[in-house]
Amino acid sequence: MDLLGFIIILVKVLVVFAATMITVMGMIYAERRVSAFMQGRLGPNRVGPKGLLQPIADGIKFFMKEDLIPSGADKPIFILAPAILLIPALMTFAVIPFGSSITIFGREIALQVADVNVGILYILALTSIGVYGIVLAGWSSNSKYSLLGGLRSSAQLISYELAMGLAVVSIILLAGSLRLNDIIADQQGYFLSWNVFKQPLAFIIFLVAVYAETNRLPFDLTEAEQELVGGYHTEYSSLKFAMFFLAEYANMITAAALTVTLFFGGWDVPLLDESSLGLLGAILSVLSFILKMAFFLFLFIWVRWTFPRFRYDQLMRLGWKVLLPLALVNIFLTGGYLTLTAMK
Amino acid sequence: MFTSIFFYFLASIAIASAIFVVLNRNAVYSAIALVLCFFSLAVIYLLLEAYVIAVLEVFIYAGAIMVLFLFVIMLLNLGLEDAFPYFRHLQRALSLFMVGLFFVGIFLIMFNEQGILHQPGEKFSAGDIYALGEALFSKYLLPFEVASLLLLVALIGTVYLAKRKI
Repeated sequence: MDLLGFIIILVKVLVVFAATMITVMGMIYAERRVSAFMQGRLGPNRVGPKGLLQPIADGIKFFMKEDLIPSGADKPIFILAPAILLIPALMTFAVIPFGSSITIFGREIALQVADVNVGILYILALTSIGVYGIVLAGWSSNSKYSLLGGLRSSAQLISYELAMGLAVVSIILLAGSLRLNDIIADQQGYFLSWNVFKQPLAFIIFLVAVYAETNRLPFDLTEAEQELVGGYHTEYSSLKFAMFFLAEYANMITAAALTVTLFFGGWDVPLLDESSLGLLGAILSVLSFILKMAFFLFLFIWVRWTFPRFRYDQLMRLGWKVLLPLALVNIFLTGGYLTLTAMK
Repeated sequence: MFTSIFFYFLASIAIASAIFVVLNRNAVYSAIALVLCFFSLAVIYLLLEAYVIAVLEVFIYAGAIMVLFLFVIMLLNLGLEDAFPYFRHLQRALSLFMVGLFFVGIFLIMFNEQGILHQPGEKFSAGDIYALGEALFSKYLLPFEVASLLLLVALIGTVYLAKRKI
């Protein structure tokens, strides 16, 4: 690899990282404001215009807080756990294409950090690593609430990972590739070629599983305040708690981006050929990606303040007895359809 | 040059973490060390350009199986090696014997000039998911199906154990 290529990759990494962080801040603000709006309150509106600087104030507060480690805690793992959760959450975005390609100085630059030929598997593998952070945080805190939260979450994440993975398999079958770029290319063109119309069942299963994977309501049993105080992060404070917080929002951003990529054509603008428009096409494609992603991020908040929490046995029943069989049936139907069309 | 330095670095992490798994008395630490071992193996697969295998190693072993292990360890909340105190002598003798056997086998392979280690293996692009699927469903169909049968048997066994009255 030449030096310029290396610099380009470095810039892309920085841009994606910064964009993720800024989106996290935006999400924290949006969550507080939207939840207030839905409950007929005003929400934070004192720091800065319309309370826009509230996330920064929150961040400063996290820095200033005392960092407590419980005396009975397993110190090395207690310190390690937030990092184990946060790092995979930030790494996942690397393979998601957030736009078509731009040409600068005769060099084509893909708007994606890394074009991995097993992209979707990479994402699934990394999300399954994040579980360790939660489980180990729960165990090392030496607190009953934390341990219960950790145990619940590991059971929940494993259960819904299966349904999510199987829902993705039907998408992979349609695209015939594990590369996210190929999956997007498969959905390009007309509106109805988006996977959400081709695979509505897979979309519903995936969406439900994503909410469970990101520990959001109605599946936030790992941190059910009324039962577990705070769940796996009960004993955490200051920056370590901030890392958990950051990881949760980073996971939501990746989940929204992945939903858009798999089911809504990624950066595809319907009825438009981006490559013929040059730079304008690239900008339009990035805008379309951001717009679609913003909708799903809003949906996360919307759902959170609309639905009550599931009971634990209901959660397990839904995962194993409803979503998993449905996902298997969907794979069977998709495979059957593909075989029949291939025979003609 | 760089690749081989990187390889020895990863290999030493893998071996060190594997030794840590065996020697450590805290089951949770052992589990974490085993995950680290899987990760270094996965990166070694990446060096061999076997991307699919590398990701599957992380996905299945580190992401699914070890999480279940950790789950069980935490659920049982094992004290410091209070499991099977009576079998310890027999266990020690048996494990020493097995380790000895394993090392004899490895040395026989290493110092045999015509051994497997000295011949280039069959070129197989395991980085390609198509090649992998092709091989699994044609050349290795029987082992593949036997493995799935084995998993099915384990599944039935679990259901039987968990639900005595069917």
